[in-house]
Amino acid sequence: MNSSNMKPRKNKTGTTRKVNRRKFLAVSGVVCASGAVGILVPGAGAAVPHGLPPLPYPDNALEPVITARTISFHYGKHHKAYVDNLNKLAAGTEYAELPLERVIVATAGKPDKTAIFNNAAQVWNHTFYWQSLRANGGGEPPRALRDRIEASFGSFEECKKKLAEAAVSQFGSGWAWLVLDGEKLGVVKTANAETPLTTRQTPLLTIDVWEHAYYLDYQNRRADYVNAVLDKLVNWEFALQNLSR
Amino acid sequence: MPHELAPLPYAKDALEPYIDAVTMEIHHGKHHGAYVANLNKAITGHSALESMPIERLLANLGSVPDSIRTTVRNNGGGHWNHTFFWRIMGPGCGGAPTGQLADAIASTFGSFDAFKEKFEAAGLGRFGSGWAWLLLNRGKLEITSTPNQDNPLMGKDIAGCEGIPILGVDVWEHAYYLKYQNRRGDYLKAWWNVVNWSEVAKRYAESLR
Repeated sequence: MNSSNMKPRKNKTGTTRKVNRRKFLAVSGVVCASGAVGILVPGAGAAVPHGLPPLPYPDNALEPVITARTISFHYGKHHKAYVDNLNKLAAGTEYAELPLERVIVATAGKPDKTAIFNNAAQVWNHTFYWQSLRANGGGEPPRALRDRIEASFGSFEECKKKLAEAAVSQFGSGWAWLVLDGEKLGVVKTANAETPLTTRQTPLLTIDVWEHAYYLDYQNRRADYVNAVLDKLVNWEFALQNLSR
Repeated sequence: MPHELAPLPYAKDALEPYIDAVTMEIHHGKHHGAYVANLNKAITGHSALESMPIERLLANLGSVPDSIRTTVRNNGGGHWNHTFFWRIMGPGCGGAPTGQLADAIASTFGSFDAFKEKFEAAGLGRFGSGWAWLLLNRGKLEITSTPNQDNPLMGKDIAGCEGIPILGVDVWEHAYYLKYQNRRGDYLKAWWNVVNWSEVAKRYAESLR
């Protein structure tokens, strides 16, 4: 495994970029149905060639819950392949000059654009997933988030339970999400590359339940992976940041 | 009568080095086992469904009550697909088909190599979890793929294709991830070494009747 592309580097989710993207959308007169398009993942603003955003932590930072070996394939092979495929598919098309999030929104639900959508959405979903986790995560959410969680779910435990249920019950490959839906927080699950980014919901946090996310570490025991992620890795601060955007 | 998880028709290490023993043990014992258990749980108390053979159940998903239809589709499909999968593989297999099946493959796809290429492409092109199939539909061979645990027995409206499966390969990541990780293409190429062509030929001949 070549791990040179997985050196720990500082995550760059600057507000400058957010302003620039919003300004870009405003200046270009884009009217978009998705309220989530302002959300930032690193690299999400670029056109072709899209880059593979750096992991926001070293590849062994999530051990023992997620091993460096899993990360080496998941980030170094799967995530990278989605980036490479997207660049190949989008080059020379009407999508070549669009930022990632707009490629996703523009190709969603179009049967003849499935390959571009799948790869673009998987690039975005994975970047969002890496940020949804952190070393020494889990535990209690920050107060401001906890209040919103309790208002929507009744209790923090109920929210975790709903997330775990969604993650475990997604049949086949997919994702479980904590989302903002109107004024309320909710939990949804999506199949394959589908993402709440194309809906009126705003994604706050995600758990990848493609088997490649956990098979080397947990094999068929998806529930063990999901519960360990929720207890020890989930980055509640990231969810709060997304809620505040 | 509840559905049962039949033992593997060969030792769990019989398909080494192409499919490793640990993968076989978890794939059969845990994944297939869970499909059987979940299917039985879902149909318990639905007496008409309880006594229905699995093929008929899958071909008549429309008559399964809404409340359990998706569960029966996913787990019934998983049960049938895996039972089929174990049977069309075997130790000391591989090579090429002979006789009537070989002729049909050559006349439909141009050559055995062209068939293999197209079949691998179907497996590689299935985004997410699913299966690639060689099936017989109205007397003609076709290559297709289905998502998740759908299969051609469920019919076009549900599975997007219809016919009798002759050959099928599991491209859920659990089928190959411990040994091949992200390299699904390598798994598909290696998999030809364990295809039990005499079993496939038998199924082809039966399907023609």
